[in-house]
Amino acid sequence: MVWYWQLLVVLGVLVAVLSIAAGLIWYERRLLGLLQDRYGPNRVGPAGLLQVLADTLKILFKEDWVPPFADRRVFVVAPSLVLVTALLSFMVVPVADGWVVADLDVGLLFVLAMSSLAVYSVVLAGWSSRSKYSLVGGLRAAAQMVSYEVFMGLSLIGVVALAGSFRLSEIVAAQEHMWFVVPQAVGFVVFLVAGFAETRRIPFDLVEAESELVAGYHTEYSGMKFGLFLVGEYVAIILISALITTLFFGGWLGPWLPGVVWFLVKTMAFITLFIVVRGTLPRLRYDQLMALGWKTMLPLSLINLLVTGAVVVARAG
Amino acid sequence: MQDDPQTTRPAAPPETHPPLTTDVIEVGAAARQGRGLLPRIGRAVWSTLVGLGVVLGHARRTRDTIQYPEEMVYLPPRYRGRIVLTRDPAGEERCVACYLCAAVCPVDCIALQATQDEHGRRYPAWFRINFSRCIFCGFCEDACPTYAIQLTPDVEMSEYERHDMVYEKEDLLIAGPGKRHTYDFYRVSGLAVGGKGKGEAENEAPPTDVRDLLP
Repeated sequence: MVWYWQLLVVLGVLVAVLSIAAGLIWYERRLLGLLQDRYGPNRVGPAGLLQVLADTLKILFKEDWVPPFADRRVFVVAPSLVLVTALLSFMVVPVADGWVVADLDVGLLFVLAMSSLAVYSVVLAGWSSRSKYSLVGGLRAAAQMVSYEVFMGLSLIGVVALAGSFRLSEIVAAQEHMWFVVPQAVGFVVFLVAGFAETRRIPFDLVEAESELVAGYHTEYSGMKFGLFLVGEYVAIILISALITTLFFGGWLGPWLPGVVWFLVKTMAFITLFIVVRGTLPRLRYDQLMALGWKTMLPLSLINLLVTGAVVVARAG
Repeated sequence: MQDDPQTTRPAAPPETHPPLTTDVIEVGAAARQGRGLLPRIGRAVWSTLVGLGVVLGHARRTRDTIQYPEEMVYLPPRYRGRIVLTRDPAGEERCVACYLCAAVCPVDCIALQATQDEHGRRYPAWFRINFSRCIFCGFCEDACPTYAIQLTPDVEMSEYERHDMVYEKEDLLIAGPGKRHTYDFYRVSGLAVGGKGKGEAENEAPPTDVRDLLP
């Protein structure tokens, strides 16, 4: 592949992801406003679009404060981890046919590895803050992520078994005739739930749980360090939506329109689902979260894996 | 054996549920009975979907927000907002500088100085309300014996400088009578004031000349 095409894809994906993440701040607030019979930000610029700019400027000019009781080095590093891991995961996501930064043959494993690393960001942030709320948030993050990581991976093995590859572009190509959401409906639901937990969104936002823990793991953060957590969360939402699109809804495949458009439309649909769910569901209790993970989702994904494996073996034999 | 309060307490009435009217919820109610894994999952998924539907339904409702600077909130006529000093129907100041408003004010935001004109009519030489202190309780309006001081439904009185919140008499005085259009203190009181002697007010008889009654 020509080197400047590669560079173009790298820059394109980076700029697109970051600008969509910024736009999501506006999109989420407006959409939540619509669902809650109010307006949301509608004053700055046309339809409030420049609110993002205003917020960014404001957060950039905030004092970059590190609490004197915090573990300084870890405290500074933690927020960057969440954004870096989320952005790195986009490396293997094919935006359209051939539009991918690095089409790794272990693409899906890479994504899972990166999302596991993202846990460190939250746990370290909670730990290094040396405040009780942050610590409890970090503890919850560790428990939540560890238990949801398990069946997140398991729910995707069905897709891998059907496609016969970990390479994301091959997984998309294998959905030429039928989207994997049809044979892997259970896997899709389990992955969706795990995705909500991975992005620490309502109803799995126990990690920050503002009614219990002030702001959870980022209680002590301010300024752009807090901003990084915020952007990291939005990038994670885009990532999970892009993964759902790629793994279960045929990625860039679709009639008439170019692949990128299909990919964007499908991804935006799931981003919207994330936001609508935020406007609908209450937060789970800690024990409910664990019970849902270990008693419902794990058995479901195992049964799904068993049946999928049996069907794949039967068809091959 | 000691009486167990748990057993003697009357049984709680059976829980009654309001009738479910929507058909979609009726379907979900059928799955509400089972206790196994699959019915529970079905119930969870169903109730989540119904919840999503309700939330999405709100997208079509009118929004409750009032777009304030363009759209005004309705304030009732008796709303307690900006304080004014009114005039009687003749156009004279109603305030007789009795200090009752300043005395009753719980935050001491009213200050004034009484004086008299050549006809013996009392009025405030200056009258000052510090609106950065005022809590708009309306006690001054209640205390005022001449309906001079009144609260109006106006709340748009923000300023950039704090001292601009201090209103002087010329800022407070309005041209009209406000509430109580026809009330004129000097026309109903027995007080003798320039141009009006004792007993010349409305519904008032001249004072009795006690010497006149002597035999």
